[in-house]
Amino acid sequence: MAAPASTQTVDLVARFPDSVSADARPGYTGFIVKKENLLEVATAIRDEFGYDLLTAVTGVDYIAENKMEVVYHAYKTTGGAGLTFKVQVDRVDPVEVPSVVGIWAGADFQEREAWDLLGIKFTGHPDLRRILMWEGYEGHPLRKDWKEPFFEEEAKPFKSRWPDGQHTFAENKNPFRDNLKFPEGFDPEAYQPENEDDLYASLERFRSKGENDRLKTDHIVVNMGPHHPSTHGVLRVAVTLDGETITGLKPVMGYLHRNHDKIGERNTYLQIIPYTDRLDYFNSMSNNFGYVTTIEKLMKIPVAERAEYIRVIMAELSRIQNHLIFIGMLMNDLGTMYTPSLYAFEERELVLDIFEAVSGARMMCNYFRFGGVVRDIPDFAMQKIKDLVFDRLPAKTDEMERFLNENEVLVARLKGIHVLNAEDAIKYSVTGPVLRAAGVPYDLRRAEPYSVYDRFDFDVAVRHNADMMDNYLIRFDEIRQSLRILEQAIKQIPEGPINSQKPAYQVRVPAGEAYGRIESPKGELGFYVVSNGKPNPYRYHVRPASFVNLQAVESMCIGAKIADFVALLAMFDIVMGELDR
Amino acid sequence: MYGKGILKGLSVTWKRFWDTYTEDISWMVRGKKRYNTQEGIAHRSSKDTKGIFTVQYPEEQLIQPEEFRYVPFLVYDEGEEGKKEIRCTSCGICAKVCPPQCIWIVRTNDPSTGRPVPVPTNFYIDMDICMNCGFCAEYCPFDAIKMDHDFDIASYERNVYNLEKLLKPASYYNSIRPENAAREDEARRAKEALKAAKAEAKPAAAA
Repeated sequence: MAAPASTQTVDLVARFPDSVSADARPGYTGFIVKKENLLEVATAIRDEFGYDLLTAVTGVDYIAENKMEVVYHAYKTTGGAGLTFKVQVDRVDPVEVPSVVGIWAGADFQEREAWDLLGIKFTGHPDLRRILMWEGYEGHPLRKDWKEPFFEEEAKPFKSRWPDGQHTFAENKNPFRDNLKFPEGFDPEAYQPENEDDLYASLERFRSKGENDRLKTDHIVVNMGPHHPSTHGVLRVAVTLDGETITGLKPVMGYLHRNHDKIGERNTYLQIIPYTDRLDYFNSMSNNFGYVTTIEKLMKIPVAERAEYIRVIMAELSRIQNHLIFIGMLMNDLGTMYTPSLYAFEERELVLDIFEAVSGARMMCNYFRFGGVVRDIPDFAMQKIKDLVFDRLPAKTDEMERFLNENEVLVARLKGIHVLNAEDAIKYSVTGPVLRAAGVPYDLRRAEPYSVYDRFDFDVAVRHNADMMDNYLIRFDEIRQSLRILEQAIKQIPEGPINSQKPAYQVRVPAGEAYGRIESPKGELGFYVVSNGKPNPYRYHVRPASFVNLQAVESMCIGAKIADFVALLAMFDIVMGELDR
Repeated sequence: MYGKGILKGLSVTWKRFWDTYTEDISWMVRGKKRYNTQEGIAHRSSKDTKGIFTVQYPEEQLIQPEEFRYVPFLVYDEGEEGKKEIRCTSCGICAKVCPPQCIWIVRTNDPSTGRPVPVPTNFYIDMDICMNCGFCAEYCPFDAIKMDHDFDIASYERNVYNLEKLLKPASYYNSIRPENAAREDEARRAKEALKAAKAEAKPAAAA
């Protein structure tokens, strides 16, 4: 079994007796660091204790205690349990915390997100703009005193639904009450959309000054997206170009933002499960997996043995179809319209048939429950899984390789185009296949095994050239390893109940916090949940792989050609449902 | 040789192209229909599928597994003279568990005593908000609300279903989910038998 996350291998208090204290609140773990000493302690955590990968940064608004807390989760790329440390500040605007971007560059987007949604100002952050909401937006939505338009009640279930539930349309309720805020002096008649000087100014710092150029040319700003077929959704990228070379680049996101965190905080624990399906909609099984693992950690309940194997089978099938689609879509991005991606879609369809037979839906599976899964795999579906795993998928993976891998055009486009080296990947908190293709064998299924992954014999796929070709080939390696896990899981799966708990539409979650993470096909998918013992989570935060990985895209593309940009972006395998949340 | 990889790749496409026709011919020789038949569709979505893979919706439709779920409906048992015995007792669990909160239930009160009666006066589901998660069906203790198989509900109006529109007979439910229905019926019968046995035991113990 996975080592409990509470195992703190480091004694920070002994090292910094004056500035660090252990977090003694019941159900909480980690250390509380004084704000003044944060940078000093953080540097020591990275350099002396070796926690080189900062995976999650988020804030919590403890309104009753009049405190804001910033929570950091740092891990070692050599594996093992993580280190949680926190900074507490008074909840008086401006709430200011020193930025750790100088220590872990991977804190960049997540600090911007915490500023955007919680209003925590990170002093010393190089580019502290809003990230999911737009510049000029009033208020910070994740604060506990912020209410959304059409606000009904603090928490579900709403009282208007039963016992006297007369149907009303949400828009018939007046949204323009105390829950809609405008900036001071705002006049709707005179409203002009914000100019984006800040965005373009942030591009400036990467502009070459033209000193070494043979030919002095103007730099052009190109806005790709949000409606660009190759950005995998509504992602917009502002690029400055010097000829064909990218000299500056900023991703602009939030077009699909729906504040998943806030929705989660209004929901009960059970109600969040179907919403997690909609994060990374290619891998709803993995999303379910990450979320229920976190809540099970918080509830301290066991998982039924058979259900553990079912979960692994579903998660690995999901990984296989995700990687096949990645390969197909990468070909689309490179200009091979449709044929490879449709070949990939055939296998995906067959996997989705299984999901449908098991869970009832092809994409929005909603299949996992606390302590197990909804229902057992029907016999005919089990037969289908066996057919795919032992028979069809290995052959089709080979066929895909035969189809593409030696294609000279493909090789010319992919080979030698640098993506990310190991050092930069770790610096920017990149996880998943991109990190492994840079030669870092960091896979959570091995680094900190969860569920029953420690019982299977498999290799962590790793490649060393860190170019696009390796990033592409590693997906085939991972498909093969997933098939290996699946073969073992199907052979080992025990009989027995599929849930350790009685079915209950409301669960009791003791007060405390938990950070759960799994290896989703795109990288580390983390959930940070704070419970105060009520039916709804007090704080619910998702750390999606796509969002955090995208931090590296800026430094990765500077100096690359614009023609390669779309393919470089495809390497992260981003999904907007997860990126914008 | 430059171009060898491309040719190798094209051989895969070439094979896939011909697979469609060899399959067609082999089905023809065996005297079976590959298109517009259940058998043909089932084969096209099995591990042995080769060549053409697409299912020509709406003429052909994928075979729905029993667990397939779309929007919910309410089950009623057919009583004597076509009387609709609604299974729902308006306990409100489905309305409470619903993640997007799209279920509205009006509970019936006895006009003389003011006490609740276990039958809904009205029941609304806003199908435009429903996310088809299936929680209502999963947690209903009376097997009264179930997920449907009928997904063609596109319309020009907004889809707010009331009690009348939500009700479907138990026979319909049995036809779309035979295994589930059989299992649930058996569990319910066992429960009732247990209840009856208890009721019988009570006067016996008193005597």
